[in-house]
Amino acid sequence: MDPMEPALELHDLTVAYHKKPVIYGIDVEVQPGNLVGIIGPNGAGKSTLIKAIMGVLPLTGGWVKIFGKSFREQSQRVGYVPQRESVDWDFPVSVMDVVLMGRYGRLRLAQRPTAQDREIARECLEKVQMLPFANRQIGNLSGGQQQRVFLARALAQESDLYLMDEPFVGVDAATEAAIITLLRELKAKGKTLLVVHHDLASAKDYFDQLLLLNMRLVAYGPTAEVFTPEVLQTTYGGKLTLMADVAHTISEGR
Amino acid sequence: MKPRRQIARVLWAVLLCACLMPVVAEAARISELTETSTMERAARFFSFRDPSLRYALIGSMLLGACCGVMGSFLVVRKLSLMGDSLSHAVLPGVALGFLWNMTKDPVAIFIGAVAVGLLGAGTVQWLRNTTRHKEDAALGFVLASFFSVGICLFTMIQNVPGGNKSGLDKFMFGQAAALGAGDVWLLAGVTVVVLGGVLIFYKEYLVTSFDPGFARSFGLRVPWFDYSMMLLLAFAIVSALQAVGIVLVSAMLVIPAAAAYLLTDRFRVMLLLSAAFGVLSAGMGAFASFVGRNLPTGPFMVLSAAAVFSVALFFGPRHGIVTRWWRQRSHAARVGRENTLKALYHVLEATGFETEHVIVRDFAERRRATLEEAYAELDALEKHELVTLNRDESVVTMTPDGWQRACEIVRNHRLWELYLTDSANYPADHVHEDAESIEHVLSEEAVMRLEKALAYARVDPHGKLIPGVEDIRRGQGAAVGGSTGALVRKS
Repeated sequence: MDPMEPALELHDLTVAYHKKPVIYGIDVEVQPGNLVGIIGPNGAGKSTLIKAIMGVLPLTGGWVKIFGKSFREQSQRVGYVPQRESVDWDFPVSVMDVVLMGRYGRLRLAQRPTAQDREIARECLEKVQMLPFANRQIGNLSGGQQQRVFLARALAQESDLYLMDEPFVGVDAATEAAIITLLRELKAKGKTLLVVHHDLASAKDYFDQLLLLNMRLVAYGPTAEVFTPEVLQTTYGGKLTLMADVAHTISEGR
Repeated sequence: MKPRRQIARVLWAVLLCACLMPVVAEAARISELTETSTMERAARFFSFRDPSLRYALIGSMLLGACCGVMGSFLVVRKLSLMGDSLSHAVLPGVALGFLWNMTKDPVAIFIGAVAVGLLGAGTVQWLRNTTRHKEDAALGFVLASFFSVGICLFTMIQNVPGGNKSGLDKFMFGQAAALGAGDVWLLAGVTVVVLGGVLIFYKEYLVTSFDPGFARSFGLRVPWFDYSMMLLLAFAIVSALQAVGIVLVSAMLVIPAAAAYLLTDRFRVMLLLSAAFGVLSAGMGAFASFVGRNLPTGPFMVLSAAAVFSVALFFGPRHGIVTRWWRQRSHAARVGRENTLKALYHVLEATGFETEHVIVRDFAERRRATLEEAYAELDALEKHELVTLNRDESVVTMTPDGWQRACEIVRNHRLWELYLTDSANYPADHVHEDAESIEHVLSEEAVMRLEKALAYARVDPHGKLIPGVEDIRRGQGAAVGGSTGALVRKS
């Protein structure tokens, strides 16, 4: 692997929901081995950005490259932690079943998880201190425990680039500390992590790079450089109202 | 929320059956019968002599398995209404299949119905993606409009001269007796495809049902699995049309799966249970329809499924209503017994453990109860071998088991009070009520942690001694005899 090859490269990325653009023309190059926080106000398109990277949402324009290739070719090198509310926690599956899903991407179509996959899933559960709960139905867990299960599933993917959507929402302090320790361990192993985060106060301490987003890319760089009052003012100082209005007019006209 | 929705669905199905019963009362019975008594007909059913009966039974059980499996996916995906809409939407397809060569050809009808069913599913998808409407409105629209087209086509067919129209009317309310050899072979093929598809791609169907966003993120082509699932669902629905009828097919999809969902937390087990319930209800429906002559099959299958659902709802080992009630009741009874034991302990403690027996009158005064009430409480303890009651002398003695439990309860109570005052900063006069309920549910492990946290303290916030392990182990006699235990070191 070329050491200078970016882990993630976005070029002029634009995504629209129902013809209404949500993020416009994002250009970013993330080098491997960084722990990046994605921050911005509500509706800034943080979740949209990471869903677009994985092709969960269709792109309106621009392109995404992961380690120099398209997502389709590199999907095995990407791990994902969706928002906790995105699934039905009453679904009849056990903690183990969910973590095993992290191995599915490495299995062929119709292939069953092997004993080795189970062993990896157990190790991942152990890393998040959830192994004793492996046989529980997922609805019988606390919010923090559920988040740990999602994290264990992402670990089981054994990826190089991790995309995490609000992993710190609704978790207890102990889980938050455990998660950030885990993220730093992953970074130390040379993994690249992009983490959507909502809390400005902790963002400064947690991440070594920040990506500030408000429909447009406001700033991207080392935390010390971009965590300035001016940049935060631009990010949080209200929506880009004119841009949104014009976009709305355009979509009406179509 | 979820169980209530399912109850509503069952009630709806039962109600519909009741309404439809008079309409379909004239439907053909499973075979021409000569036997008259119910017993004879039942015996004949189990002899499996009639080929038409065999077809009806085998066909019913196959469709029960298909519907049970596909219904599980509908229930966990919260798409129960999709089954209802699709089953109504296939009606024009049945009519078109018939019009193809004016006979009831199973294959032509199957192809027509599946094609129109997929068109209906596609329309729902299209309405949802291109308009502001959510799934429910789209489903409602497709159900009613497609069904209406079907009714018009059926009326046209009735008015067209020629063709063999016999059996076509059965599609509405279902008649297993109308199944022929061709139908059963088709059903067997469909069952192999449905069960095989789910078995082979279990992993993919599971992850697309649970977390489609995650499935996309590792590169799975989720739309393929969504569409193929709709196709398998259409297969299951169409296979069940003749025996169950368009109006009730959705019940065979939803009810067995809903019953299975009440019983298990594992999707694999839910699929198996649901298929088994489907087969069972379909078989029972066919049997009931055969034994009681002139009875339609579909409603009986649905009623059987509803009966299975009711059993799961009331007697399910974990979430059953009766089971839960029984568990609460036995818990309440145990709490009552433990409180009686505690009162006996208190009486003994007040006398400084000088005797082993308690005078029933003292006990009654302590409990602020009449003698009759006191005897009733002590009788309950005697039944559980916790005390020995001497009615002639009006005294009661704790058995070793009773003594141990009494010590444990008092210890739990006082430990908890001490914990609340010492570690949680509760005032001493606020802790009794809380300890009253906690004492009955503290586990051994929790007690050990409490003791450790409190540095094995021996005195509770009210100055009373906390029974220790040695008091419990040693038994009452030794405590009375006196040695190094806490209870004899009283002031």
